[in-house]
Amino acid sequence: MTNQFNDLKNADVILVMGANPAENHPISMRWIMAAKEKRNAKLIVVDPRFTRTAAKADLYVPIRSGSDIAFLGGLIKYIIDNNLFFKEYLVNYTDAPFLVDPAFKLPDELDGVFSGYDENKRSYDKSTWKYQLDEKGVPKKDYTLSDPHCVFQLLKRHYSRYTLDTVAYITGAPKDKIEEAYRIIASTGKPDRTCTVCYAMGWTQHTVGTQNVRAFSIVQLLLGNIGMAGGGINALRGESNVQGATDAGILYHILPGYNPVPTAQDTNLNTYIQKYTPVTKEPKSLNWLSNRPKYIVSYLKALYGENAKKENDFCYDYLPKIESGQDYSFITMFDNMYKGKIKGFFAWGQNPACSVANSNKVRKALAKLDWLVVVNLWDNETSSFWRGPGMDPKKVKTEVFFLPCCASFEKEGSITNSGRIAQWRYKALNPPGLAMPDADIINELYFRIKKLYEKEGGAFPEPILKLTWDYGEKDASGKVKHVDTHLVAKEINGYFTEDVPVHPVDKKSYKKGQQLPSFAFMLDDGRSACGNWIYSGSYTDSINMMARRGKEDPTGLGLFLNWAWAWPVNRRILYNRASVDPKGNPYDPERPVIKWDPVNRRWIGDVPDGPQPPLAEEGGKLPFIMKPLGVGTVFGTGLADGPFPTHYEPLECPFVENPLYKKHRINPTVKIFKDVPEDRFVVCDTRYPYICTTYRVTEHWQTGVMTRHMDWLRELQPQIFVEIGRELAKEKGIKSGDKVIVSSPRGRIWAIAIVTDRFRPLKVAGQTIHQVGLPWHFGWRFPEDGSGGDSANLLTPTVGDPNTMIPETKVFTVNVEKA
Amino acid sequence: MEITRRDFLKVSLSTVFLAGLGLELEKTKAYASELKVKGAKETTTICPFCSVGCGIIVYTKEGKVVNTEGDPDHPINEGSLCPKGASLFQIANNPYRVTKPLYRAPGTANWREVSWDWALNRIARLVKKTRDRTFLRKNAQGQTVNRTEAIAHVGSAALDNEECYLIQKFMRALGLVYIENQARL
Amino acid sequence: MARVGLLLRPDLCIGCRACQVACKQWNGLPAEKTRNTGTHENPPDLSANLFNRIKFIEISDNGHGIRWLFVSQRCMHCGEPACVEVCPVKAITRTEDGIVLYDREKCIACHACKEACPFRIPRYDQGGKGKIAKCHFCFERIRAGLTPACAKTCPTDAIKFGKRDELILYSKKLGYPVIYGEKELGGLGVIFALREDPKVYRLAENPQMPAHVAFWSTLLKLTLGKRGSKLLRYFV
Repeated sequence: MTNQFNDLKNADVILVMGANPAENHPISMRWIMAAKEKRNAKLIVVDPRFTRTAAKADLYVPIRSGSDIAFLGGLIKYIIDNNLFFKEYLVNYTDAPFLVDPAFKLPDELDGVFSGYDENKRSYDKSTWKYQLDEKGVPKKDYTLSDPHCVFQLLKRHYSRYTLDTVAYITGAPKDKIEEAYRIIASTGKPDRTCTVCYAMGWTQHTVGTQNVRAFSIVQLLLGNIGMAGGGINALRGESNVQGATDAGILYHILPGYNPVPTAQDTNLNTYIQKYTPVTKEPKSLNWLSNRPKYIVSYLKALYGENAKKENDFCYDYLPKIESGQDYSFITMFDNMYKGKIKGFFAWGQNPACSVANSNKVRKALAKLDWLVVVNLWDNETSSFWRGPGMDPKKVKTEVFFLPCCASFEKEGSITNSGRIAQWRYKALNPPGLAMPDADIINELYFRIKKLYEKEGGAFPEPILKLTWDYGEKDASGKVKHVDTHLVAKEINGYFTEDVPVHPVDKKSYKKGQQLPSFAFMLDDGRSACGNWIYSGSYTDSINMMARRGKEDPTGLGLFLNWAWAWPVNRRILYNRASVDPKGNPYDPERPVIKWDPVNRRWIGDVPDGPQPPLAEEGGKLPFIMKPLGVGTVFGTGLADGPFPTHYEPLECPFVENPLYKKHRINPTVKIFKDVPEDRFVVCDTRYPYICTTYRVTEHWQTGVMTRHMDWLRELQPQIFVEIGRELAKEKGIKSGDKVIVSSPRGRIWAIAIVTDRFRPLKVAGQTIHQVGLPWHFGWRFPEDGSGGDSANLLTPTVGDPNTMIPETKVFTVNVEKA
Repeated sequence: MEITRRDFLKVSLSTVFLAGLGLELEKTKAYASELKVKGAKETTTICPFCSVGCGIIVYTKEGKVVNTEGDPDHPINEGSLCPKGASLFQIANNPYRVTKPLYRAPGTANWREVSWDWALNRIARLVKKTRDRTFLRKNAQGQTVNRTEAIAHVGSAALDNEECYLIQKFMRALGLVYIENQARL
Repeated sequence: MARVGLLLRPDLCIGCRACQVACKQWNGLPAEKTRNTGTHENPPDLSANLFNRIKFIEISDNGHGIRWLFVSQRCMHCGEPACVEVCPVKAITRTEDGIVLYDREKCIACHACKEACPFRIPRYDQGGKGKIAKCHFCFERIRAGLTPACAKTCPTDAIKFGKRDELILYSKKLGYPVIYGEKELGGLGVIFALREDPKVYRLAENPQMPAHVAFWSTLLKLTLGKRGSKLLRYFV
């Protein structure tokens, strides 16, 4: 989230698309309903299904799953055609006026792909996706936005096809509702009106997932809604600490703080730094990531302490390197596990046998392992896969360990919410039986493995042996008895590794071992160590900032700067320098996120995106400080599938072609998995005529391992169900409460039918399209009598977004029959 | 941890007041013989389900959770909770929790209880064995890669930040490149 | 003592049912084994282990209009409670501040109260055969200065606890044209602020003690005294 849950109350328009906050983030509705009541805000819900959020909406727009870009493309066209964009913002704070290489071509000119497409590689050569530079190396601009090569004109041309009729034809949404939604959203292109968006996996779990999000980011830049109170782009993340786990780099492609994981080609630290430290010729850009060398060096110092020296590249060699361009994401991981290439596996607080797409394949893959370690509170479909449906335990050779861990309130530490607020949790009681805190389990494993390497040697033991691990009192054998998570938090914040007599930032002196006051104090010469630069400032010498409970809210906007601590540097609304005009005056004086005080020459309000003066002043800086050019990018050159979002059909759909671009039905850069029979998929197949989508409901969480074991919640939602529209149910002779079979090319499950008008047939491309929906909270393991049903992911396909590899579990085709 | 909450100050004050209401309380005693949070220890926590980050107070007596409810001072939820958050009590008081390490040997059809020591030593041995057999110092191009592609880690989106940090530190020290969490699903 | 009240605003309710769970949590009520019967609504009825529940009402027209309403079902804590009236053993009483309480030790499981209740709310333990159980307004929480569990947990303030008069005033200030429960049955302790006819929310129109129950109750009382109501169940 760029903004905060509390900030939803400041919005004039709230678009919920690809999310269902009333069910999956219920407390966010506290603030959405407050906006409705106190500001007369309009809530718009665009969803294939009429949800509990839709029940509160001022406008509900039904849509075919997988057609979001058509809907949003039409919105971009509407805003441009009707001149409803916020021109001053667009011109000053985005790349809309930048001129693009004349060799760059749009899909209109190239049968549905951008310039540079290689059909064999299914990827782009992006050499034409660039700006024209002047002699100083700065992008050429046309502030009138009229040059045919400027980003704005390209955008206008790209979406010229997305007319209301076309949008209605592709999405199946009624034209009047589409137009009404556009009108309401576009009404916020004024300085004193804002629109916010709540999205979640309804946008990301598509083969065009990243572009779904980008499409609305473009809308928000056009309307000047980024950086504003009640604005922004708000991903409502699915798990309590999925934000923190991502920040910590528990992903194959990033280290903590979003530093890229080095590839084999990044042969030494210098190469790495050269490659990943952006440079800019734009004098007004802060280009924050020019600090990359400090962050990576300090990270290596945190890992390897005194062993990390300038002479040995700060132990850069110890970091495992991935192959450039190779994918190590879930889908590929399980593909390789299925093929026997992965031997050992940790499922640490996760139940992939139910949560990963194409669970049949995942479950078979688990049986190929030599060993599996599951750390969880409850036995589940992953830990007990060897006795699951279709498995013969005698034939499964995998050694399986179940390690019971602590629940959240049986240990101490911090978690980070979707609004980037890191909050400290305390221990209320001991865990049951012999269950252990996860930190201690990691500690025990680390110590034992280290001992083995010390005693026996083995393959390249140095990264293990030389790792810093000073997290508490040690026993006689040198093992940390129990991990003190405060000490870990301090390492994450960072500290000085040597005395710094005169710090270049504030000219003060710092002693070895002192905590870093913030990441601004980090150094690239090895004198600072920091586990995760974006958390620097969270645990200072004097205070654990994450444990703060101050309730002051002087602006009344709900920023709560003294409540816990938000990364980065306690900033609550990102890109907040875009909420003021170039002179530093808030675009909306009623809701000033920050404001320049010209007398004292400082910002008032939220922690600004850099203390520099406003843009128009001497030394002033552009607002989008994480971007090398300092502006919001409408033209997305970093994406795998094109600089502008483009409508492509889902992998599985009832249509043989893309109505907009005949030659390319699906995202042309999607990787197709087809090596094994479990990967099968169909296109426009009469055996699977209905579109199916998966989702979550209020009463359960994720695969249900937690909530299925909680009787009060199971009482509310005891069994898997499939929601079916009345018309389809009538056609199939299905009544509410009937047991039905839902099948896809990859599997079949039973479910209880909920026949409802909340799913309506849509007229799409001249056909009547039925959509059905399944929750994915259930699994065979519990309840033990099997009355709950099994995972909806047994039906979902092995395919992912080309940028993120998030699987397309929100749209695939099925059949539904009475059982 | 300093907690000052108007709502809860009232509890301690009113326990005195309650004494005078014995007669009325008597009438409903099947359900409410005494305010169950009276004398309980209060611990603040953050909800372990979705990512909104709501505050919850856990009330414990003699090492048992006796009540859980929304933290009224928390700016996001202001004391309210959804049904999942409101069920936190059942994570603590839960008959299905696994309380001892379990092991399933190859080809067998049952779990058996094992000691932590045995399980951890066995896992350490297996990690080392797999790592040693599959560790790649250099790739086909001769570039240093120092990795194993034969061990994978998934999960951790419900762990604490400090644990997440330790996991990535530990897994990367082992040379893992297959490191994923729920963010990619 | 000012009368307490719960203000329910279905237009704010998101159907999350935290109120159902928080009630169970506070009152230590066990879960029931349920099944999906083709609706999200569950459990299907109030019981001795379920004091409040949300009814899910889907309303659709032939066009594209669809609405999904979430309406709380629970003891209304009537100003003139029929249950108190008919209870032969005075197991049900009304407190000064308007809470309809019950004493399970006195209850003789005659079930007259359910027959008399205009909303048919009281439920009984032992599989419906035993003694009364129903919402008691989180009586002990109120006495301790706390908010009832359902109101405290409600994410959107669709359930608001307060002094009844103030809640009525508040809902009028918010412009609600219909205050269900303002006048009914001596004024209900649980009031609904609505923008439409209560029928839309399936709230009983003109709720009253069923006429035949009133008849037999009065007759039995006149002939046999208050304890005559014990026999009520044989007549209704």
